Amino acid sequence: MLFLSGIVVWLAGAAGSLALWRSPALARRVGCGAALAGSLLNLAASMAALFSASPTFIGLPFGNPIFTWAVRLDPLSAYFNVTLSALAAAVALYSFGYLREMEGRRNLGAFGFFFNLLLMSLALVFTASNAFFFLVAWEVMALTAFCLVSFEHEKEKTRNAGVLFLIMSHAGTGLLLIAFLVLASESGSLDFTSFHLLASSLTPLQQGAIFLLFLFGFGVKAGIVPLHIWLPEAHPVAPSNVSALMSGIVIKTGIYGMARVFFDFYGAPPLWMGSVVLGLGVVSALVGVLYALMEHDLKRLLAWHSIENIGIILIGFGAALMFRALGQANLAALALIAALYHTFNHALFKGLLFMGAGSVVQATHTRNMEKMGGLIRRMPVTALCFLLGAVAISGLPPLNGFVSEWLTYQALLAGFGTTQSLTRLMFPVAGSLLALTAALAAACFVKAFAIPFLALPRSEPAAEARECAPSMRAGMAALAAGCVALGLGATWFVPVFDPITQQALGVRASAALVMARGWALSPGTAHGGTISTAGMAIFFLLAGAAFALPLAIRWRRRSVKGPAWDCGLPGLTAENEYTATAFSKPLRMIFSALYRPRREIQAVYKVSPYYPSAIRFESEIEHSIEKRLYGPMRRRIMAAANRMRGIQAGSINLYLAYIFITLILLLLFGVRK
Amino acid sequence: MENTAQLFLLLALSPLVTGVIRTLKARLQTRRGPGILQPYRDLLKLFRKGVVIPETASWIFTATPWVVFFSTILAGLMIPMVAADAPLGLMGGALAVIYLLGLGRFFLALSGLDSGSSFGGLGSSREMTISALAEPAMMLAIFTVAIGAGSTSMTQIAGAAIGQTWRFLAPAQMFAFAALALVLVAETGRIPVDNPDTHLELTMIHEAMILEYSGPYLALLEWAASIKQLVLMTLLINCFWPFGLQPTWFGFGALQGIGWLLAKLLLLSCAIVLLETVNAKMRLFRVPELLAVAFTLGSLALISTFLF
Repeated sequence: MLFLSGIVVWLAGAAGSLALWRSPALARRVGCGAALAGSLLNLAASMAALFSASPTFIGLPFGNPIFTWAVRLDPLSAYFNVTLSALAAAVALYSFGYLREMEGRRNLGAFGFFFNLLLMSLALVFTASNAFFFLVAWEVMALTAFCLVSFEHEKEKTRNAGVLFLIMSHAGTGLLLIAFLVLASESGSLDFTSFHLLASSLTPLQQGAIFLLFLFGFGVKAGIVPLHIWLPEAHPVAPSNVSALMSGIVIKTGIYGMARVFFDFYGAPPLWMGSVVLGLGVVSALVGVLYALMEHDLKRLLAWHSIENIGIILIGFGAALMFRALGQANLAALALIAALYHTFNHALFKGLLFMGAGSVVQATHTRNMEKMGGLIRRMPVTALCFLLGAVAISGLPPLNGFVSEWLTYQALLAGFGTTQSLTRLMFPVAGSLLALTAALAAACFVKAFAIPFLALPRSEPAAEARECAPSMRAGMAALAAGCVALGLGATWFVPVFDPITQQALGVRASAALVMARGWALSPGTAHGGTISTAGMAIFFLLAGAAFALPLAIRWRRRSVKGPAWDCGLPGLTAENEYTATAFSKPLRMIFSALYRPRREIQAVYKVSPYYPSAIRFESEIEHSIEKRLYGPMRRRIMAAANRMRGIQAGSINLYLAYIFITLILLLLFGVRK
Repeated sequence: MENTAQLFLLLALSPLVTGVIRTLKARLQTRRGPGILQPYRDLLKLFRKGVVIPETASWIFTATPWVVFFSTILAGLMIPMVAADAPLGLMGGALAVIYLLGLGRFFLALSGLDSGSSFGGLGSSREMTISALAEPAMMLAIFTVAIGAGSTSMTQIAGAAIGQTWRFLAPAQMFAFAALALVLVAETGRIPVDNPDTHLELTMIHEAMILEYSGPYLALLEWAASIKQLVLMTLLINCFWPFGLQPTWFGFGALQGIGWLLAKLLLLSCAIVLLETVNAKMRLFRVPELLAVAFTLGSLALISTFLF
């Protein structure tokens, strides 16, 4: 009932804000208020479902044989719904203040309409238990997301990004449709319950084909490399509250789909499937972080990090699939927990970081980090929240990113002993590349925090930036608190996964994972190491209270403010500061084989080149995947489309003939019996 | 009890190790050197001095020394020094140690950029680059060691090593040792990766990040750097040369354990001094090649775990 009322509130919010579009202030309040209320109702419903013993079916007395309203809240659905509603509540809170600036300039009624519909369709994607219903919800999600991404449609870049998203998304849906139809023709029903373990009973060829269809179909939405190209375009151009939802939860629908297929429709998949997922995960993680390092558009940087984190989640999935193939249910549970834990964590910290970026962009009117700086003094709360998010996403203790990355490492470590074949080398190699990814992510977030927030302001608007509205701060603070809670409370959170692993793998893992009366987390393997994030936090707090605070107060009396020493050079200005481009220069040189950087320096001088009056500097890196993979593909599609133009003569008689021929062909070959 | 003892050891011993290395290096270069107690005198002096805080810096600047100091100490309490039983072993193993040091480095890099001085930014950029490139090699070496011991818990790794004293002669362990030793050189900022004695703009890394610090805050950072060096050296020593490592901290055994620890630290210090004296500092863009060697050694270590 709670779940349904959440859906109803969202629908009402959508209708209400659309109806009130002429009075923007009211439309904004209704739209955000309904989104918030619906999210809270949904949160309560899915929390209850997560802890209930049996899956909750929510039926409505309507439907026909094809389209049935089939909603099921099993543990996996409930978990993703909790993720959705926790993030959505914070984003809705944030939107109250964020949208205020757009009042009178944009149609907030339309925004509220699409925003609420997006949340509703997301909740339905996570809970639909009928393939047709699922695809309908999936399409509504794609279309509402497209409308929200293209909200600032007067810019050409935004329109292009929106269209690219729409095309990629539909290509993915096409793959999903085929895969679902194959399954449905096998089971004779579109119901998800009839697909349970069904895929494993198919022939190996069919199994493999369906697996790849699902992997790439869902992979487009998740943004795995090389299907990611829409993501760094679409996420930054959207309004920042939408970016938070897109990166936080919309791409997770791909992850949910994979989890549903891999751990529900398949029994024990062959080993190669897990290896493929693991390999794609490693590649996505590395490519994501390497391109993020080169960005100085704050929101594009965050978008690339979404690709990286999807990669980390897939590493966990891949390991879980491999363990399942190897008959290691306990280890599969560990890897699955690591992946799902990271899914939740990423929703929290990426939502937080995008909202922080949104506040900063609103205050400085630019997405270019090189034009920010010194914002920690102007926007202290935003800065603190962004810092917490940055520490969390870099996987540093004691916050939540560390816990899920640690669990992933432990799963990979344990994987080495599970088989004697050379496949086991994949685990440590993946582990070491994950370590590289995490360290590069830390480097990237030093840049992403320090350049906008620290040192001197690099532009006029940055120098006069103002702290964001209280509701925006509250939204960010809620997610920051979530990052801390899921970090320190890891052992209290892990039992949440018991119903999920029970359903997917028949194992309840939390008893083995939680040690020392809930103070330490262990991987549950025979000789696992342990961590205690709560213990670390207590150590820091105690040490801070006992030593740092009193000493800092005493030293304060001895301290004076002075100009930065800067090796004795007087007069530090913003032009002297290290820039984001300079910060990533060493990595640009080291990985130049990937980036193929190009730069151009032109000095304008009057007398001698040693005394330039102006310098023009241009630097660019190549996006190899777009250029080398999609470039030829796009050219071929355009050429084919040109050739196809011949059959579109514009004559109605010709079109009728086409329909007639198609009908004959269908009657000849399509209808058997 | 063992917490306090190890804490004391970390705090008291770390400047000594720095002092010994400096003096040995000076002797090898036919200088007299400042004496092995100089780091203590430096710390004492700095703690009594006043502080100058750059006008451009934020609260990150004053918070960083504490974060760095405490995270290093916490990492130090997670490794076995005298007894195989690490005092805070339950709080984390090898991975937690690496990530806690990473936390310190994250804040140090932020504070390098905080004052707006371009030297700080230069140091932060280089430090984060080099540490990122060192990470895969370190993880492979730790994987090798952990696979041998069946755990990432330091207590279990050291415990497994005690049982097989001569295991470090196995090819896998030798390769892993070499890989970790190279990583240690990079992480502690020693020649040929970084020169701890330099203040030349073009070459400094760690020193560039802490350039704006003065007084007690500088002391904290210097002390933390010494402790980090001690922690990483002890990690290397006790994973691979478990001689004299005691099962517990209690009784006469502890004294014996401390003796062994000092002897092994001295041996490793001599190796570092030798390495620093016969090598010149590398160009920054040759460091990735050195770390690639470490990565290759780590891969070899891993492959040899099931070849031999």
